[in-house]
Amino acid sequence: MSHKIVQKTQLADKVFSAVIEAPLIAQARQPGQFVIVGITNDYSERIPLTIAGTDPVQGTIQLIWQALGKSTCEMADLQEGDTIENIVGPLGQPTHIKQFGTVVCIGGGIGNAPLLPIATALKEAGNTVISILGARTRDLLILEDKFAAISDELIVTTDDGSYKRQGLVTEPLREVCTRHPKPDQAYVIGPAIMMKFCCDVTKELDVPIEASLNTIMVDGTGMCGGCRVEVGGQTKFVCVDGPEFDGHLVDFDMMMKRQIAYKKQEHEAMEAYKDHQCRIGLNP
Amino acid sequence: MSEQALKSQLDELIKKQAVSQLKPSDRYAIEAQPMPEQDPVARRSSVTEVAQGYTELQARLEAMRCLQCKNPLCIKGCPVAIPIRDFIAHIANGQYQAALAVIKQASLLPAVCGRVCPQEEQCQLECVIGRKYKDPMKAVSIGRLERFVADWADGSDAAETPDVGPATGKKVAVVGAGPGGIVVAADARRAGHDVTLFEAFHKPGGVLVYGIPEFRLPKAIVQKEVDVLTRMGVKIVTNFVVGRTRTISQLMQEDGFDAVYIGVGAGLPRFMGIEGESLVGVYSANEYLTRANLMKAYDFGQGSDTPIAQSKHVAVIGGGNVAMDSARTAVRLGAEKVYLVYRRTEKEMPARLEEVHHAKQEGIEFRLLQSPQRILGNEEFRVEAIECLQYELGEPDDSGRRRPVAIRGSEFQLPVDTVIMAIGNTANPLIRQTTPEIAFNKWGNIEVDDQCKTSMDGVYAGGDIVLGAATVILAMGQGRIAAKAINEYLGCPD
Repeated sequence: MSHKIVQKTQLADKVFSAVIEAPLIAQARQPGQFVIVGITNDYSERIPLTIAGTDPVQGTIQLIWQALGKSTCEMADLQEGDTIENIVGPLGQPTHIKQFGTVVCIGGGIGNAPLLPIATALKEAGNTVISILGARTRDLLILEDKFAAISDELIVTTDDGSYKRQGLVTEPLREVCTRHPKPDQAYVIGPAIMMKFCCDVTKELDVPIEASLNTIMVDGTGMCGGCRVEVGGQTKFVCVDGPEFDGHLVDFDMMMKRQIAYKKQEHEAMEAYKDHQCRIGLNP
Repeated sequence: MSEQALKSQLDELIKKQAVSQLKPSDRYAIEAQPMPEQDPVARRSSVTEVAQGYTELQARLEAMRCLQCKNPLCIKGCPVAIPIRDFIAHIANGQYQAALAVIKQASLLPAVCGRVCPQEEQCQLECVIGRKYKDPMKAVSIGRLERFVADWADGSDAAETPDVGPATGKKVAVVGAGPGGIVVAADARRAGHDVTLFEAFHKPGGVLVYGIPEFRLPKAIVQKEVDVLTRMGVKIVTNFVVGRTRTISQLMQEDGFDAVYIGVGAGLPRFMGIEGESLVGVYSANEYLTRANLMKAYDFGQGSDTPIAQSKHVAVIGGGNVAMDSARTAVRLGAEKVYLVYRRTEKEMPARLEEVHHAKQEGIEFRLLQSPQRILGNEEFRVEAIECLQYELGEPDDSGRRRPVAIRGSEFQLPVDTVIMAIGNTANPLIRQTTPEIAFNKWGNIEVDDQCKTSMDGVYAGGDIVLGAATVILAMGQGRIAAKAINEYLGCPD
């Protein structure tokens, strides 16, 4: 069954958002869960994407992604009215939402997209939500207004200082975690390296943190083991045990090395695809 | 033997049979027919099927070898009790349609079972001829004959759609479109129920499409069986993960399903728990085979977008059919050297003899009585070698096989860039996590009674999720039992 794209927008350079018909997933999905998408046919690569939002009444889900490799570029080249061939989900364990007290939510790059429903749910559960969003540069910052609407406090950083505070998210995170009282819980979603450093900060300052991991997957239902990571010295499968884990126990260095397992092939596929049809940058 | 010689031999036998002069000694005198196979060198770079199937002449001669025992033991060896003697008699007489009808009474997927069943441990183990020669490989080749009939039907108009009973108004959900699920769907639909087959992958077939390689079981054969279900009116819903997309309780309470069959198959892959298993280049057999089979990684860049390691030297750990499939797949993906590392001897290997034979023919080097104790990586976190220990066989263990014992100080390194762990699976955790009503045993497998019924009313289960590690035919056998029980539960005894 293919899934129609009912709305598509570009949020930032190479960052796209699509609202897609998937009524069953929209109904079942909870914050923190993801889908696996196969874009054009049964031999398209199966890629995991976290769900940014759902509309159970309209029967749609929202996906936000960065066009980096062949599959994500292919997806970026689809227009409203086009279809995505395969979507399966919702997968993974939902986020454990409860009233902690004060929660700090840290988003990096397109990690803001899956973070938003978690932060929203935490707010609805009665937490004081402090959001820290980081981007490399102003043009890459997404969903700032959405976070502003649900956060009690919002801090934005850019690496190059082109917008709001210059620097990395770890600096304001450190400040927030040294306040009295300090936050009761933290959530982080973003590039692995950013999550690693955020977890280092919270570990040092003794604030519990959940990190949402994005690894290579094939089936997404616990059958292949390709997504395995080490958490507290134990092998865990991101697709069924995660995607969220205690950030203080995750071996991020190992995860980063595993993430680039197919770098060479991905590069070749991307080059071949660019030669043919990638129209990234030409989109309005 | 030449085609002509085979023909005259067959004619001779037919003449004798016509006048009731065909004696057991004549039958014993017929040579066991070899399976035509693709050349071992050529097939190293091809995914087309290795075993090419009997010709009609071969099939009839092979069928003539059957003694037509009064009390056939072969049937007792068959998990679904195919009336083997009778279908073989029809083949000997050239009545393939009748042979097919006999098989289909008991088995829905002869083209599949004829190819992948471990006949040498089942029907052929019991065959009187095999016993006489003390070698199940010299028994009547029941599997090859079954395959012959199925393939013959495929090329004719004989592959018809089974009849569907009058609508009962009852809805049956089948979870998992593997061999067990396919059988349940067909049997429940034949009874007139409204059947929906749910599959987590984007394609139905289960292990028949993600696990067993094309060169052993062409996907087109599986697709044809699935097409039969569609023609019967079974609804197939792919990309649907029961437990996530909908739970079993939702299916029954909100979606109106009256009965559910759970056949979700293999779960989490087992790893050895040794150092270096997270290195890039270490795969579970499940992942390696899924990338290669379901996602056609061998066509990467030419229609398939799923990458797989471009390996030169591969070590496959394990001695079962999945290990053989992985090793033979690695050869076809271009590996120069493939080792099969197994801690016991060839005698204890659970793999089928035929698969072992084919693997050796294709140049796979068997490293027996060896097992890795760690995997070594380079600065890029990629596999560089495995460090193995030599083993010797000690006293028998619980499985009755002699326990392998490591020899101290026997460490050595095998330089490889890819390691494939083919040492089995643990139970799939999803149903357990999301269905508290169902009782599981301590290994995470669903507990069922002899009708395959679980502790939840209207819910039945079979295959790997019940047995731990089943074969295609055992899953089908349980599917048969469960479907019968479901049909009875829904008030329509067969």
